[in-house]
Amino acid sequence: MARVVVDVMPKPEILDPQGKAVHGALDRLGFGGVADVRQGKRFELEVEGDITEERLAEIRTLAETLLSNPVIEDFAVRIEEPVSEDGLGA
Amino acid sequence: MRVGVVTFPGSLDDVDAQRAVRLAGAEPVALWHGDHDLKAVDAVVLPGGFSYGDYLRCGAIARFAPVMSEVVDAAHGGMPVLGICNGFQILCESHLLPGALIRNDHRKFVCRDQRLRIDNAATAWTSGYEAGDEIVIPLKNGEGGYVADEFTLDLLEGEGRVVARYLGDNPNGSMRDIAGITNERGNVVGLMPHPEHAVEELCGPGTDGLPFFTSVLSALVNG
Repeated sequence: MARVVVDVMPKPEILDPQGKAVHGALDRLGFGGVADVRQGKRFELEVEGDITEERLAEIRTLAETLLSNPVIEDFAVRIEEPVSEDGLGA
Repeated sequence: MRVGVVTFPGSLDDVDAQRAVRLAGAEPVALWHGDHDLKAVDAVVLPGGFSYGDYLRCGAIARFAPVMSEVVDAAHGGMPVLGICNGFQILCESHLLPGALIRNDHRKFVCRDQRLRIDNAATAWTSGYEAGDEIVIPLKNGEGGYVADEFTLDLLEGEGRVVARYLGDNPNGSMRDIAGITNERGNVVGLMPHPEHAVEELCGPGTDGLPFFTSVLSALVNG
């Protein structure tokens, strides 16, 4: 099993009301020095078998088709270190 | 005339949409999200609500519901399709309409009677209006901000594909005050406010929404 992480973020030019709300809360809590906050989504896909270029291409298609909406969001796909059978990491 | 209304898990306004269809003089037909079957309807309404709990993105999972493959094919073939609120979001996710709908810029759910101007009275769903008509129908959404890139917005404006615009204060941050748009052919319309809640004097702000449902009957008769 290998873990593929897909990060989805609102495009820079798209208004992000959730990020703005979080930013406002930071200010109220006294956490200064944060210039901006953008909120996105992280998907962790536990993929069976080996990660090949073909599998990665499929996952990019999946990310573009379902996990993100390319009109308003960008995505990035990366492979995390392999997870061992006992779940404690390789 | 048979007008189908799709029920997804989490649809709220399907029964109101069926009622509006009936008051307009057509036969409402309940369609189920899980069926690959349009039951020989002449037009389809995708109603408001929170399909699949709005998980992932509004309309993102409903887009892949079994019935949507038939709806998308029929829309490409010219069948009139109206998406209201969540239905508009589903039409954008399905790429039947350009752009997307994001969270309201002020971050609050808005529920109010909304004044609109009909800018395009030539679609299958708006021929009962005159261009420039001002109407009042309910608006209720948390993610109703219409966004698209400048090129797409200019294209929509240039081709007269903005169907309705908000009048007065912009209620949700929609670019260029856009409340509804149509496809090139004019058979697919997406609208954020709710005409199905304004079809009787008894409740709601009046009957300004009824022409959406009578228009499609004329379109079908004349088409």
